[in-house]
Amino acid sequence: MDDENTTFAESGAAPRVVIVDDHRLFRSGVRGELGDAVDVIGEAGDVDSAVRVIAEKQPDLVLLDVHLPGGGGSEVLRRVLPNQPEVTFLALSVSDAAEDVIGVVRGGARGYVTKTISGRELADAVVRVADGDAVFSPRLAGFVLDAFSATDAPPMDPELDRLTQREREVLRLIARGYAYKEAAKELFISVKTVETHVSSVLRKLQLSNRHELSRWATARKLV
Amino acid sequence: MTESVSRQPQTPPLVRPREGRLVAGVGAGLARHLGIDAVVTRLALLALCFGGIGIAVYIVLALFVPVDDETDETLETAGTGEDASTESTEDAAKRKGRDISQLLAYCALAGGLGMLALLFGGWFEPVLWFIIFGALGATILWQQANPALREEWMSTSVLGQSSKSWARSGAGVLLVVIGAIGFLAFQQQLNEARAGLTFAATILAGISLIAAPWIVGLVRERDRERRERIRSQERAELAAHIHDSVLHTLTLIQRQAEDPREVQRLARVQERALRSWLYQRPADAETTVKPGLERVAAEVEEAHGVPIEVVCVGDCPIDDGVHAELRAAREAMVNASKYAGSDSISVFGEVDPEEVLVFVRDRGTGFDLDAVPEDRMGVRGSILGRMERHGGSARIRTAPGEGTEVQLRMPRDTESAA
Repeated sequence: MDDENTTFAESGAAPRVVIVDDHRLFRSGVRGELGDAVDVIGEAGDVDSAVRVIAEKQPDLVLLDVHLPGGGGSEVLRRVLPNQPEVTFLALSVSDAAEDVIGVVRGGARGYVTKTISGRELADAVVRVADGDAVFSPRLAGFVLDAFSATDAPPMDPELDRLTQREREVLRLIARGYAYKEAAKELFISVKTVETHVSSVLRKLQLSNRHELSRWATARKLV
Repeated sequence: MTESVSRQPQTPPLVRPREGRLVAGVGAGLARHLGIDAVVTRLALLALCFGGIGIAVYIVLALFVPVDDETDETLETAGTGEDASTESTEDAAKRKGRDISQLLAYCALAGGLGMLALLFGGWFEPVLWFIIFGALGATILWQQANPALREEWMSTSVLGQSSKSWARSGAGVLLVVIGAIGFLAFQQQLNEARAGLTFAATILAGISLIAAPWIVGLVRERDRERRERIRSQERAELAAHIHDSVLHTLTLIQRQAEDPREVQRLARVQERALRSWLYQRPADAETTVKPGLERVAAEVEEAHGVPIEVVCVGDCPIDDGVHAELRAAREAMVNASKYAGSDSISVFGEVDPEEVLVFVRDRGTGFDLDAVPEDRMGVRGSILGRMERHGGSARIRTAPGEGTEVQLRMPRDTESAA
């Protein structure tokens, strides 16, 4: 990310992006839709070339398709993140199946959007993820609420295994289709606070060993 | 023996059944009483007959074992003894019709065994027993070829299926081999045959060495073909689906290219169909909230052409209240599609331990709720009224230019929630 501690959103600079998707048509479509908001510096169509291109180009952000020949998006995350932890990933998929969504987020992606997203929204999400925030689609918010849903079982790690009341409220608003700004207004908090809550949920989602979450995950054959 | 068995409560009493008998029903009755197959008792009786004692046993049993009165009460009054038994056999034969072919088979078996006995001059001639062994083994092996019988055998035995069939084959081969060797031995021909046997065994071993790879290959080929068949079936299913719906939709889209709204609608419908076909397990569509809400949204979307995104957290069965809530949600979605002018509608369902919440939100024009006349049925009747009648509540948040959100809550049935 930026060394000067300024965000892309503030400076207006275009994040440098690599698009990883096995459909060439879709890659050029996304490139066109993103327009000037981002700087597309590379493309890849499978896991191996993705790992190579990312190592070569050192992008700020990778738009990562979940389904890829050679192991899928999770495999790219597994091979890139240990070497280049500074690269952020935004997962992009036609599928909104729970195992795809949660799998890739647990793998290290900082956001998940479906390919039906509009170009403007996508560019917005790219900038936000490149700035280190998390981007949750309504569906991802729904999955997370489902996975962390209250049970009688005591959490193993209270800090990681449980969502705070505020986080739940934020997630519920996102699931209801509220943008971060709208959610902030609804809860009388700042957009920055909403972003903080979402990032904290993302961290919990990635790090929690919560029994309920792993059970939920194995029931859908992931992680 | 009979008495000790009959004391056990589950064992059926020793009676002669009226149905399924061949002569007087003694074999069938014994079989039912002992809980074994009638063929066994019949063969045992037949075997006893050759010693002479079987005939006496049969007659005594036929005379003293009562006819099964459960199937025919009128016979109780006919008394016991020979008259009754003959009467009853004739009666049964007239009514049910005996299985003549079975009777003939047993007669043929008896005749054949008698002939053999005469031929070899007595029952204790070992050669005869070896012939019987051989015949028994052959029968077992031939039975294997009959799939229906194989099924039946497998279900009655305790062993695992494949090991069962191997055990049977092994027993059959063993019996045939014992029969053949025994026959030769007791014909005093074993010594002469030894050279021949060695020769035959060598040839057999050679042949099996030659044939084994080929047979293994055949088995593998068969497995491969089966897998291939399954795969091609899957392909055919996929092709049928793509052909039927996706290609059809693409054609429609090309034809209606000048109508973007219709194109979008077609694409959405097809997308949803394909998505549910690819990713979703067959849902129990009408019984729980999640698939119910998705279905309602799909229907409204199809009818009005505005994309509806459904997110649902938790799930529970649909009761009357939730059913009403889904109807109200549908009404809200229809309103949003028709009047809001929004690009998309977000629907969020949440199942709490206490209540079921549904939010229907659009980012369209919104409206002034107070300006809606009291008599407008759409909002007040179908949404507010419906929810309140079923013990729930509805809230509508809207303002001109800010979109609309309809919030529905329905308390859950406490019994089903527990």
